[in-house]
Amino acid sequence: MLTRREALLGTAAGAAAAALLAATAATPALAEVQAADISTLPREKVTLVAPPFVHDHQQVATGGPKVVEFQLTVKEQPMVIDDDGTTMQAMTYNGSIPAPMMVVHEGDYVELTLVNPETNEMPHNVDFHAATGALGGAKLLDVNPGEHATIRFKATRAGTFVYHCAPAGMIPWHVVSGMSGTVMVLPRDGLKDEAGKPLKYDRIYYIGENEFYIPRDENGKFKKFDSLGDSYDETLKAMRGLIPTHVVFNGKVGALTGDNAMKANVGETVLFVHSQANRDTRPHIIGGHGDHVWEQGKFANPPAKDLETWFVRGGSAGAALYTFLQPGIYAYVNHNLIEAAELGATAHIMVEGKWNDDLMTQVKAPAPIAAY
Amino acid sequence: MKARVPATIAVIAAALAAAASGLSIAQHSGRARTAARLAPIETVTILPGAFTFRLPGEYLRNGKPVDAPTRTVSFQAGFDVMKYQVTAGDYARCVVDGACEAADGNAAGDMPVTGVSYRDAEAYAAWFSGRSGESWRLPTDEEWSFAAAERLHDDALGLADDGNPATRWLARYRSEAAGQAERDPQPKPRGHFGANSRGVFDIAGNVWEWTSTCYVNATLAPNAAVERSVENCGVRVVDGRHRGYMSTFIRDGRSGGCAAGLAPDNLGIRLVRDEPALVALLGWL
Repeated sequence: MLTRREALLGTAAGAAAAALLAATAATPALAEVQAADISTLPREKVTLVAPPFVHDHQQVATGGPKVVEFQLTVKEQPMVIDDDGTTMQAMTYNGSIPAPMMVVHEGDYVELTLVNPETNEMPHNVDFHAATGALGGAKLLDVNPGEHATIRFKATRAGTFVYHCAPAGMIPWHVVSGMSGTVMVLPRDGLKDEAGKPLKYDRIYYIGENEFYIPRDENGKFKKFDSLGDSYDETLKAMRGLIPTHVVFNGKVGALTGDNAMKANVGETVLFVHSQANRDTRPHIIGGHGDHVWEQGKFANPPAKDLETWFVRGGSAGAALYTFLQPGIYAYVNHNLIEAAELGATAHIMVEGKWNDDLMTQVKAPAPIAAY
Repeated sequence: MKARVPATIAVIAAALAAAASGLSIAQHSGRARTAARLAPIETVTILPGAFTFRLPGEYLRNGKPVDAPTRTVSFQAGFDVMKYQVTAGDYARCVVDGACEAADGNAAGDMPVTGVSYRDAEAYAAWFSGRSGESWRLPTDEEWSFAAAERLHDDALGLADDGNPATRWLARYRSEAAGQAERDPQPKPRGHFGANSRGVFDIAGNVWEWTSTCYVNATLAPNAAVERSVENCGVRVVDGRHRGYMSTFIRDGRSGGCAAGLAPDNLGIRLVRDEPALVALLGWL
C-alpha cells in the first residue's frame, strides 16, 4: 500500500538523492573514500537499557572506529508523573523518560534507526546535538506514524550531548513531553583529568531531568486528557507561563528513591551524567562533591575540580565524577531546593562502606543545653 | 513552638493520655452546638489490655543512637476509636461550617481525607466534638499503637553499634523503602485495606494518622532508664506503615520530610472518643 504521504516523501528523497549525486560529481574522490571506509568498518549492535542505567560499554576503546547501531522506537503513552497519580500524555523514545543513553567513542559512527509505529498520532524525528548538519539529523529522520528511517553520523567531538525530538512547529511540546536523551562520546583513550592522567569510573548513572507543565482545572487540580491532541492547547498555554508544575529525575517525582535509589560503595567512583534538554539546572550531591566535573559535558576541556554544585545549561548534558568517601544516604538534587523538595528534583544514593571518623565525627550528640 | 519539658519518658507516657483528654475537654465543653446533629459515627471499642510499647523519638546511649526502649502500657478502661479514617466528605462538612480549612488532598466523598496537618486534625476534632456532643480527640501514639495490633510496625533496628553511624541510616532507609515501588500511594476508598484483628479498618494503609504525642530526643542511662529528654511539641508523631515525625503545620509529608528520608504517602485523621463517665470525672476533678 502506497499512501499519498509516502509518495510525497518519496519525491523528497529523490530530490535529496539528486543533490547528493551532484555533490559527488564535484568531489568524487572524497565521497568514494568515505563510502569504502564505512563498508569495511566493524559493526556493533547495542541494546539500549532504561535510565538511570547505561548499556555496557568500554571506557577505553580497544579497536579502531566502528559503526554502532541503535534503535529508538517512539511510544506515545500516558505516564504517571507523581504520587498523586497526575497523568501526562507523554511522548517518549523507547517508553522511558528520559530516553536511553547511548555510548560510543570519538571517531565511531552512530547508526540510528527511528521507528514510529502506526499506533502513534504524531510525526517524530531526532536532533542529535552530537551530530553535524541537517538540524542534527532531524531533517533526515522525519517519520510519520507507520514509518521508520535510519541515519548515520560521525561522532567527531567527545562529550555528553543531548538528543531530542524536533518536529516542525511543535519542538518544545515534544521535548517537554519526554522526548530527550543523551549520547556520550568518550575519548578513544577514555576520560582524563586536567593533567591528562586517566580517570575511570566503577559505575555510571544517567540522570535525565525534565520539567513538566500540566494544565490545571478551575479548582487548581491537575487535568487529565484523553489523548495527546486533546492536551495540546492547554499544555502550550501552561508552557508559555514558563513555570513548571513538576521538575523530576527519571520521569517521575521520587523515581530514583526508595527501592529505586541509586547504589554505590565507599571507594567507588561514579560518573553521573545529567541532562536537561530545555531548562537550566544545578546538580548537587548533599554530603558529597564533584571531584572532576565537565559542566558543559565536553571532554576536550579539562574538568573542573572539587565543585559543590555544577551548572547544566538547558539543552545540554554535563558529567561529574565522584568517589564516595563516606557511607550513608545521599540526596542528589537540583540545588534550586524548591524544585528539589516541592517539584520533585530529588534522587537518593545508598552508599555502603566504612565510616571515616577523620572526615567527620559527632563530637557531642544532641542534648539539653542545660547539660553543658 | 518548642515546648521544653525536662521530664522522664515514663512520666510522659503515663500522663499523656490523661493530659490530652483533659485539654480536649477544656476546649470543647463550652462549645455551642450548631445546626443538626451528625449521623452516629461507626466506632470500634478497644477492649482493656496491655502491650509492649516502644517509645517514640530518638534515643542515645553513650552518645550513640540506639533503639528506643520499650515499656508495658496498659489500658484499664479500653477506649472507642473511629472504625474508619475521617473521610473527605466528613471533613468537607467541617469546612462548610467554617471550622476547618479546605484540605490539600484530591479525595472526595468516601475517600479518606488527606492533605491535612496536625492543626487541621485538631480543628476537626474540636468541630466534631461540638457537633456530636461527644468528646473526640486525636489518639496518643500509645493508643494508636495498641489499636493497630498486628499491623503495628516495630521501628527497632536491632543493630549493635559498629562505630559506623551510616549503618543505622541505611537500615532505616531500607526498612522504610522495602516494597515501596510496588505500592500505590494514592488514597483508596474507605475499607480498601481491610480490618485488623481489632476491627479497625485501613489502619497502617497508605494514609498516616496524626497523634497527639510529641517528638522527643532522649538520653538513656546504662540501665535503659531515660536519663534526660527534650520534648518538641512543634513536631508530633504520625502513625502508619512506619512511625514518622512531622511538624504540626505540614499537610504533605513528602514536602515536609527531610532530603534523604522516606516520607508518609499521605496524612489523615482518625479520632478516639472519651467515655462520658471519664469526661464527667475529669470535669469534676
